[in-house]
Amino acid sequence: MSPREMVGRIGFYTLVALATAFFALPMLWLVSTPFDAQPGLALAIPDPTLGNFSELLDNRYALGSLLNSILLAVGTALLVVAFAATAAYSLSRVRIPGRDVLLYLLLLLSSIVTGTAAMVPIFLLMFELGLIDSRVGVVLVLSGGLLPAAIFILKDFMDSVPKSYEESARVFGASSFQILKDVVVPVIRPGLATISVWTIVNVWGNFLVPFILLRDADKQPAAVLMRTFYTEGGSPNLELISTFSLLFSVPVIVMYLFVNRKYGFRFYGGIKS
Amino acid sequence: MRRTVRLIAVTTGLALAATGCLGGTSEEQTDTERGAEATEVTLTIAANAVSGGKNAEEADWIENYVIPEFVAAQEAEGVDVTVEFQSSGVDDEDYKSKIALDLRTGSGADIVSLDGIWVGEFAEAGYILPLTEVVGDTVEEWDGWEQIPDAVQANMSFNDERYGVPAGSDGRVLFYNKELFAQAGLPEDWQPTSWTEILDAARALQGIDGVTPIQLNAGTAMGEATTMQGVLPLLVGTGERIYDEDGGTWQGNTQNIRDVLGFYQTVYGEELGDPTLQQEAQGRDKSFAEFAAGTIGILMEGDYFWRSVIEPTQGVAPMANRDEVVGFTRLPAMEPGSGIEEQDFVSMSGGGGRVLNPATEFPQQAWELLTFMNSADATIELIGDGARLTQREDVNSEILADDPMLSFIAEEVVPLSAYRPGLAVYPQISVALQQATLDVVTGMPPEEAAAKYQQAVEAALGGADDIASD
Amino acid sequence: MAQKTELPPAEQPAPAAKPRSKPATDVAGLGRGRAAAFVAPAMALIAVFLVFPALWTIYIGITNYRLTGVQAREPEVVGVDNYVRALGDPTFHNSLFLTLIFVLFSAVIGQNLLGFSLARSLSTLRPVLRRVVESLVLLAWIIPSSIVAFLWLALLDRDAGTLNVLLQTSGFAWLIEYPLVSIIIFNIWRGTAFSMLLYSAALASVPPSQLETARLVGASRWQTLRDVVFPHIRGHVLTNTLLISLWTFNDFTPFLITAGGPNDRTEILPVYIYNTAISGGQMGYGAAVSLIMLLINLIIALFYIRLLRERK
Repeated sequence: MSPREMVGRIGFYTLVALATAFFALPMLWLVSTPFDAQPGLALAIPDPTLGNFSELLDNRYALGSLLNSILLAVGTALLVVAFAATAAYSLSRVRIPGRDVLLYLLLLLSSIVTGTAAMVPIFLLMFELGLIDSRVGVVLVLSGGLLPAAIFILKDFMDSVPKSYEESARVFGASSFQILKDVVVPVIRPGLATISVWTIVNVWGNFLVPFILLRDADKQPAAVLMRTFYTEGGSPNLELISTFSLLFSVPVIVMYLFVNRKYGFRFYGGIKS
Repeated sequence: MRRTVRLIAVTTGLALAATGCLGGTSEEQTDTERGAEATEVTLTIAANAVSGGKNAEEADWIENYVIPEFVAAQEAEGVDVTVEFQSSGVDDEDYKSKIALDLRTGSGADIVSLDGIWVGEFAEAGYILPLTEVVGDTVEEWDGWEQIPDAVQANMSFNDERYGVPAGSDGRVLFYNKELFAQAGLPEDWQPTSWTEILDAARALQGIDGVTPIQLNAGTAMGEATTMQGVLPLLVGTGERIYDEDGGTWQGNTQNIRDVLGFYQTVYGEELGDPTLQQEAQGRDKSFAEFAAGTIGILMEGDYFWRSVIEPTQGVAPMANRDEVVGFTRLPAMEPGSGIEEQDFVSMSGGGGRVLNPATEFPQQAWELLTFMNSADATIELIGDGARLTQREDVNSEILADDPMLSFIAEEVVPLSAYRPGLAVYPQISVALQQATLDVVTGMPPEEAAAKYQQAVEAALGGADDIASD
Repeated sequence: MAQKTELPPAEQPAPAAKPRSKPATDVAGLGRGRAAAFVAPAMALIAVFLVFPALWTIYIGITNYRLTGVQAREPEVVGVDNYVRALGDPTFHNSLFLTLIFVLFSAVIGQNLLGFSLARSLSTLRPVLRRVVESLVLLAWIIPSSIVAFLWLALLDRDAGTLNVLLQTSGFAWLIEYPLVSIIIFNIWRGTAFSMLLYSAALASVPPSQLETARLVGASRWQTLRDVVFPHIRGHVLTNTLLISLWTFNDFTPFLITAGGPNDRTEILPVYIYNTAISGGQMGYGAAVSLIMLLINLIIALFYIRLLRERK
């Protein structure tokens, strides 16, 4: 390696290190405070203890809420990926007049529906449909809100996929659905992975929709439970909050690594151009 | 394009049709005797409490005492009752939205916990009805009413009608650190009788290094805590409530408001308080931590501070030597006799209660459950080992005897307390007050801040009527 | 390649409906009918759970509806009053200005550039290292807003914050002195993960053969980027920028760190709505401002489309 290349490499690794430090620095609070017997709002040398964890596990909703979060997140992700993939494929391949305008419009409308101003209409709608206190209802509402962006992103991926494979498959008599399933999906995997991770993250942190629609405390997801770790006057109970945050983050990282391995953001051959 | 247009047209049509549902609430059931003869009854209690989280004691009490006891008592009378508890435990504003939506559709629990200042707006919206309309005149015959002071009852009333049963009360006092006072040469049993004496004590504390003499909530970051533990207690000390019920007027740019803002200016102008702290997002919690660490001398707060924040074992900013080191005293009026009702000392109280859902299927049984929850025995059971103010005087005199702070509040503070007006526009007035204090803290002269406040109030009310100014 | 004429007649789309100038892209022989069937499930869900409540909310924007109080029972249609009020409110103008700056620097420039750089650089790292860095970046995005707020308050705390400890500048209140800069950097930290994910997937679709060719002819890294990579991902750049702008525009999280202050210096539009409409309970006004925000986002989106489509 020439000296110039070496300097380049060192420079490169320095930048990566800086970026890593930038992302890691604020997290220090998250990893030190749960183990601190006297947690505060600023970083401090922890007074080491595992007591916060046992205090958390005493809470009868803690683990159940994580399970609820997983159910909601996975349910919504499956729904969104399936519907968005079929819709995006069709919108990408068939020229429907006005499709771009429609998509942008839906995308913008989704920003209204995820805000608090839409809280009343959503509640009243779900009440009329009899879907209050139902996790299925929560999944449906969240999916509706996430689909436009998902279709938007996936259509983009679909557009850039060459059509030669599909044409070949057509010749051999494959049905449209088969083509979608066996030819397009494998190619589009990185996009599907992005969508599923994005959906999971959005559902995982969503407080308002499950809060408004669910009534039974055993059905509530972790994002809602987190908001209960305050005193009556609104002061945060940092022992519970910091510990729960740590536990709360773990399943999502695991899900991300799983999706990454299964779908991958890498692209293992297949299309020659 | 056609498809797009069609889609929009259809959904717009649906939306317009459904918006007929926007106004109005569920049909009012006027038959108070409905379901009275039923032998199988289901009741639900809703409260902003959750086991293991916010207000856990209340949640546990409902699940472990109220429900089993009530079900057993009813069984003895041959009625099969199922009682469920719908817990929440979130921020008050979020809880408020949730129950508003439930009450609006006639669904939700039969007994609902409500903050006192929401009663007015919920009543105006038609979400709740006076108890006599839901249950009948038997409500007046409950013996519990005699044990609940009139002012506390008024907290759960609107237009002089009872809408619910209060569930407790509180009061605001001045907390101070006796050790710091000793260092500054101030008396251990401090009782200021005017604002000037508060300022003098603060100036004495200023001499101690690393100590902020006084924490007076200001600014918008602290939200309602600024108004309730800052502006309003001072305001009633000048002789006026923020809303005068008799005249139907709100305080605008009046001398009283200017006096309050002037006090803020003195405190922050002379650096007796920490202005930066008032602007930080977590400033209030930080101020609690600082008081617990002994770096703040005087703090104005409610009894909540004593029993939930600096409480030695369970508090969020615990002080192991709280009972020895922390003193408390009544809040003086601006001058002796200048407070409302010509009081020398003043305070503000909040608190909530429980109402009945007008759409309940079993109004008589729900009322029975509600009175059970508010019986002397049940109230004592709720308090358990802790200590907090209850709504019943008989319970208070029994259990608070051991806790000097809370019996102090019950006997000396609550009787002279004022309450906030339960009107829908109050939150906007509150924000205007918070902004006014922020302006003063960041350097605006009080007169200017008061004039700006007046404009904000006019904007909130939609005009200058109903505003007192001079 | 097989031609369409070999397909059974029933599969052929009606020729009159197809514009003759454009080549047929319907290679899967979807046809109008099946295309509609593919789109139907998503559209049904969207129509019921998104479009309907959204239009309803827009309707609320022309009333004086509140969740409690008299106006809950009898809301009146006030027409454009809410809009006139918003557009004439200097606080609103301040808010809009702050939001535009916030979106421009933290999303359009910040997240885009950092996300792209990370996506590109990380592909050359060893897998273990890559996974660690990716996980950290992702963690920043996953952790719920209320927790992230604590993290940043702890980082920037005046007295004992991590940053002040590292830089030995105890007592410096970053959030009071440089509030807008703080939340911009915060938002870059918070949202880069999505751009990184998207660009990772996008870069994966750049044909390796073309990259190889560029390397062989001795193109510099910058030239390769400009001439080989960018054309392939132009669509993705548009998508990404559009989405992160929209999301950043509507992001409420900075409120948890600065509470819109000090003294409104970080009162971005979502915080403005919260302060005026939600905590005051004026849902009608809040809905109206939401629609204004939507229209502003529409203008921004059109601007992006022109910018990124024009260079053809």
